[in-house]
Amino acid sequence: MDRQALIRRLEEIVGPQGVISERNQLRTYECDGLANFRVIPSLVVLPETADQVQGTVKACHDAGVPFVARGSGTGLSGGALPVSDGVLIVLARMRRVLDVDLENRRAVVEPGVLNLQVTKEVAPEGLYYAPDPSSQQVCSIGGNVAENSGGAHCLKYGFTTNHVTALEVVLPDGELVHLGGDGRSPDPPGYDLLGAFVGSEGTLGITTTVTLRLLRKPEAVRTLLAAFESTDHAGDAVSRIIGAGIVPAAIEMMDALAMEAAEAAVHVHYPEGAGACLVVELDGPAAEVAHQFEEVERHCQEAGSTTIQIAEDDDQRALFWKGRKSAFAAVGRISPDYYVQDGVIPRTALPEVLRKINQMADERGLRVANVFHAGDGNLHPLVLYDGSVEGQEERAEELAAEILFTCLEHGGSITGEHGVGFDKKQYLPRQFSAEDLDTMQLVRCAFDPDGRSNPGKVFPTPRLCGERPGPRRVHPVEQAGLAEVF
Amino acid sequence: MGVQDLERDGLIRPAEGAYPVDGVEPRFLARPRSVDEASQVLRAAAAEGLAVGFMGSGSKLGLGNPPERLDLLVETGALDQVLEHAAGDLVVRAQAGVRLADLQAALAPAGQQLALDPPEPRATLGGVVAANASGPRRLRYGTVRDLLIGITVVLADGTVARAGGKVVKNVAGYDLAKLFCGSLGTLGMVAEVIFRLHPAPAAASVVTLGVEGPGQAGQAVLALQRSTLEPSAVELTVDEWGWPGRLTVVFEGIQPGVEAQAAAAAELLGRVGEAATAGPGQTEAALSQLGALPFEKAEYALKATFPPAQLAGALADLLGGRQGWGGGPVSAHAATGVLWMASGLREGDLPPDSPTFPRAARSIREARERLAARGGRLVLVKGSPELKRAVDVWGPPGDAAGLMRRVKERFDPDRRLSPGRFVGGI
Repeated sequence: MDRQALIRRLEEIVGPQGVISERNQLRTYECDGLANFRVIPSLVVLPETADQVQGTVKACHDAGVPFVARGSGTGLSGGALPVSDGVLIVLARMRRVLDVDLENRRAVVEPGVLNLQVTKEVAPEGLYYAPDPSSQQVCSIGGNVAENSGGAHCLKYGFTTNHVTALEVVLPDGELVHLGGDGRSPDPPGYDLLGAFVGSEGTLGITTTVTLRLLRKPEAVRTLLAAFESTDHAGDAVSRIIGAGIVPAAIEMMDALAMEAAEAAVHVHYPEGAGACLVVELDGPAAEVAHQFEEVERHCQEAGSTTIQIAEDDDQRALFWKGRKSAFAAVGRISPDYYVQDGVIPRTALPEVLRKINQMADERGLRVANVFHAGDGNLHPLVLYDGSVEGQEERAEELAAEILFTCLEHGGSITGEHGVGFDKKQYLPRQFSAEDLDTMQLVRCAFDPDGRSNPGKVFPTPRLCGERPGPRRVHPVEQAGLAEVF
Repeated sequence: MGVQDLERDGLIRPAEGAYPVDGVEPRFLARPRSVDEASQVLRAAAAEGLAVGFMGSGSKLGLGNPPERLDLLVETGALDQVLEHAAGDLVVRAQAGVRLADLQAALAPAGQQLALDPPEPRATLGGVVAANASGPRRLRYGTVRDLLIGITVVLADGTVARAGGKVVKNVAGYDLAKLFCGSLGTLGMVAEVIFRLHPAPAAASVVTLGVEGPGQAGQAVLALQRSTLEPSAVELTVDEWGWPGRLTVVFEGIQPGVEAQAAAAAELLGRVGEAATAGPGQTEAALSQLGALPFEKAEYALKATFPPAQLAGALADLLGGRQGWGGGPVSAHAATGVLWMASGLREGDLPPDSPTFPRAARSIREARERLAARGGRLVLVKGSPELKRAVDVWGPPGDAAGLMRRVKERFDPDRRLSPGRFVGGI
């Protein structure tokens, strides 16, 4: 099918307003939150219903055209980077909250609904949606599902995958299926395809309806901001807190450079001269929180905290969090360009890895601002550089990669919440063996045998689905002379 | 190497009638001592087209449809090493044959636990994963899928593959660990597992409530759900004599915390019925009995799942129909929508040619339909092969059945791993 015919068919499905084919307008969608990579898609489609998504995917399937799903486009790994010969399916118009079941504590939403919107919707009932990525004001639930988004509070509450109980999914051939049953009854019999789908970065299909678990707002929340001389001291405090058997809702760390940037942006009044700070939040039943909060204070003091500020009210708590959550953007104030990384290490390796990062940065004459979810060892080193200075971008990219390799050397992961996407797919084979990747590919082939859903993401060079691992066999399509093997 | 070579090396031996699965006797048994040996065994089985089943302690061998074929049963008991306990990171890596109780004992000195409490005392980690076993504390900690962060599996052709890893937060690659949760040996063998751990609670407090019937049970659980209380478990038991039953609410954490929560719960439940806070000795006793499955000697048993707010209706549906099949005791994770119920018949008391047999089968099918109308499901978790064939163990698989079958075909193209045991005849 040629492009014009595809446009006509898509317009029949979503209406003329739902199809963008003019090059200047297409340019709006050329990248997601990771602007280093840009590709102009062949077409953009903006469906408003699940039926329209299904129709669009079917049309792509019939035309043999690849497609990429996109929510709000805030992803940081190029997961929603378009493909030039493909259709970008933008779910941003699907913003309805379809159902709120207070008794069973479930919300059923369309994929374009914004993360924070869910909590706003149910807050009057004393409920909330737990996963809280820093971009929660603008990122979509569908994108969260694709990326298995985390956030500051996943230390205690888990990730998107722990809070999605069912999905309606359009498979790459246009079939509509329900994963996780109705999302209200536990333990649906059968394979946990829901678990496989969440975090598959758009490579297994497009979700059209998401059932979310809602939590009751905790009786008490207490938050403190503790300053330390160095990240080593702050890391020691984290170890003491975790070692005492306390599971805080969140423990976040920022180093001096990250604080400097955040201070310039949101004026949290971090203590001057501090080398690191922690934001520690406890929530739960009041008596337990009160008792453990005192313990946390004590652990911070014993680890050498120079000052401890306790949030007096929700406004001050919000300010502590604003400083933390705006850190990425704030870094733009102290550096013309920066590269965000998302490595994970076992938490206990933190001091060693930080020293290594600083050493590697010094060697390259670059600065790194560190912001991390210290409780679960998820690092977000921000490699600062100036793209206008010859060679700096390359050095920054190289340093960012070296940081990930350091994470892997310590038994960690190349991504904790941003996803592999387009950005890090070449590093995936450093974390997993060929057998591991081939096994993941079995899942891909079951969902998407033609490899048309978000091709070129996550996996570096996937096998053809007809190929079996082990001794090379001739694919039937190949045998029939229909395809070449690259 | 073929099966004969492995037999000579002692890796595979004749089963001699041991471990029949629903009456199907395997010809061979294998007891690999390493992941590499497991891989050798599966390669040999693949070369000879053998149908393979897997077994940990054997406590879940009766779960699922009768296998269509079973030539080789691979037992994981020799894979019994706890490989790494990173206490500071709250993570443990262990082989599949480690018994859950042994793992808990190994973790206890560090004040940590794997927050899974399925009732089978001998359960192995691999078995818990493959059968997706859970217990009362799932209310607080979730199930296997929420705690399993890494996995090593051996596939049908002997390929050893890993997914996830040693860090809790990790989105690199597909989450194959979840795919293997509850897959019942139909996708491959679970060889090693990595779990996130939790601090073991320092204190516990228990509040009980006598429950007259379904309505009161529903009311009590709803009251708890609407409060800010955070119980670890809310368990309902009804013995074989029927109502009244008992609701047991467990709080775990630090002493001042659990005391305050128990006091608040006693007050809250006191508005629903006769609530009492357990004394120290009673607390121990209540915790030791918590979640015990009521069907060790029963002829058959059912697991009902339903939206938690449907508790009262589900209880009325299921227990109302008990007369039809001679109901036994009931135990429910009342706030999560999971209910276990046993037949009142003893093992062997339901011969397929008896007039009671079709009545029992019919009552199960009817209960399944009534639950389905509430959005729930009914699984026959224990029963004779004949009963399993008469009612279908799992019930309708839903519209993802085709996709599940395609996943199975990719992992096990020759359909040799526990064929027929799983949902939709997978």
